[in-house]
Amino acid sequence: MNVLNFIHAFFSDSSHWHGYDGIPARLWEHIQYSLEALAYAALIGLPIGLITGHYGRGGNTLALIATAGRALPSFGLLVLMFIWLGFGMLPVMIPLVILAVPPILVTTYEAMRSVDPSPVDAARGMGMPEARVLFQVEFPVALPLILSGLRSAAIQIVSTATIAAYVSLGGLGRYIIDGLYQKNYEKVVGGATLVAAMALATLGIFWAIARLTVSPGVRRG
Amino acid sequence: MIRIDSVTKRYPDGTVAVDRLSLEIPHRSITVFVGPSGCGKTTTLRMINRMVEPSEGRILLDGADIQAQPVNTLRRSMGYVIQNAGLFQHRTIIDNIATVPRLLGWSKQRARSRAAELMERVGLDSALAKRYPYQLSGGQQQRVGVARALAADPPVLLMDEPFSAVDPVVRKGLQDELLRIQGELGKTIVFVTHDIDEAIKLGTMVAVMRTGGHLAQFAPPAELLTDPADAFVEDFLGADRGIRRLSFFPSADLELQTAPIVAIDADATRLGARATADAPYLLVTDLDGRPLGWGEPRALTPGSIRPEQLVSYGRPFVPGKDSLRAALDGSVLSPTGWAVAVDGEGRAVGVVSQQVIGAAIRTAHAEGRDDAKVGG
Repeated sequence: MNVLNFIHAFFSDSSHWHGYDGIPARLWEHIQYSLEALAYAALIGLPIGLITGHYGRGGNTLALIATAGRALPSFGLLVLMFIWLGFGMLPVMIPLVILAVPPILVTTYEAMRSVDPSPVDAARGMGMPEARVLFQVEFPVALPLILSGLRSAAIQIVSTATIAAYVSLGGLGRYIIDGLYQKNYEKVVGGATLVAAMALATLGIFWAIARLTVSPGVRRG
Repeated sequence: MIRIDSVTKRYPDGTVAVDRLSLEIPHRSITVFVGPSGCGKTTTLRMINRMVEPSEGRILLDGADIQAQPVNTLRRSMGYVIQNAGLFQHRTIIDNIATVPRLLGWSKQRARSRAAELMERVGLDSALAKRYPYQLSGGQQQRVGVARALAADPPVLLMDEPFSAVDPVVRKGLQDELLRIQGELGKTIVFVTHDIDEAIKLGTMVAVMRTGGHLAQFAPPAELLTDPADAFVEDFLGADRGIRRLSFFPSADLELQTAPIVAIDADATRLGARATADAPYLLVTDLDGRPLGWGEPRALTPGSIRPEQLVSYGRPFVPGKDSLRAALDGSVLSPTGWAVAVDGEGRAVGVVSQQVIGAAIRTAHAEGRDDAKVGG
């Protein structure tokens, strides 16, 4: 049996489409985990990246934190957190957030740094308050790069959120882990396909967000 | 009026950008700061809107210390134009121009209608309103920069090398436009440039600065050209300051001769009668009176003068509008040594010899008519 046959068998089995272990339920769980982790990571990464980038300070520290964050193995961290904190969402969220903060933080910082300084100088010279300079002059121009940081963070979260299943939680990882345990490769391949499809959907969503939020003057300019 | 009162700017590393500078920037006129890079001209400008804070001394705006009011209030009362315009690329042209009115709390609609007015004032097509900066040429972007600075009708305009990034032809257009706008609005303009010709063309007063933040000379442009304070200023002014100074003498008083002007259909009697020992050549015009060229009376065919019988008449000047420099230039360019004066429509109104122009230059020097500033 080849991979396509596995995929076909997995998706055409009607029992995979309902119930607590059905595709809609697992997909929904996976989306929830991913959105939650992305929200926390953005809550940490965006403000720090925006402020350090605006003032142009702390770039080296950020690079250091980012490298450290990337060096931490998500799976090892998950097991460690599970032992320390026990069963629950928190041991899953911590590694996912640690995974996602560096791309958001570093890209946001770089995006703010790469904004042409002359409009910023003009804005200050016209008497624009500092917060408006940040949000109305720098941010709209930095937005495409900032979104690309969020996008790579989101894709990494989507593919890594499968580890939640290791600590008895749900999500699309369930199919992969259960399938491996049960030697049910149809399930493994089906789960992996769903994760890949979700990663692609994430790309599409970010493309749409960029179309809607980035000014045409920046997109082409 | 802006008074700069023994202002020094010293940076933490000990560099002195501006050294005990004192001068008065007159009301409703253009004051140009000019000098080589590192002379502190931009720093001086940026101290006026507190983009740079002086280390010592103070700056007074209409008698009040600029430190007295909140920094953003001060800045909103001064238009600010920088090199490369510094437009907001994510905003349309009209919204770029509406920036300061919006900061001042105007409604969007009112700010936009004001911005539309400004577009017209600086010579921008209203069709550009909804465009983004990247869709405009460098010269158009700089016009938007000027319109944006004027949007809230500030009494003071600070311009930091605004035209130095555009090509010479566009730059000349922008300079003429600025002089025209200034004639209409009468702002107190502080203008920074490294181009001495730009300074002389635009400035009512010119402050020449030298490296280290010292003021070398502060004078009207004509005085600068006549009487440079020292070797540095003289050197900075360049070689042909005598010729350039002629820009400040009007050509209106030149005594024009009309006798040597003949139309293309002039008959033999007329051709014979017009030439004199004093004016050996004839200026031939078309039937509307527009100059065609100079000719020797004997070489011209009476009744129908042909183009190949004529030589170029150089570049005509408009008495009353152009300066003695333009008249002299016209006479130098003409192979006969005579300059042609035309009216606003380009019709010949007279001719004048180099000798007469030379005499007028000597008279003007003697009378010291430095203050009579006219265009190019």
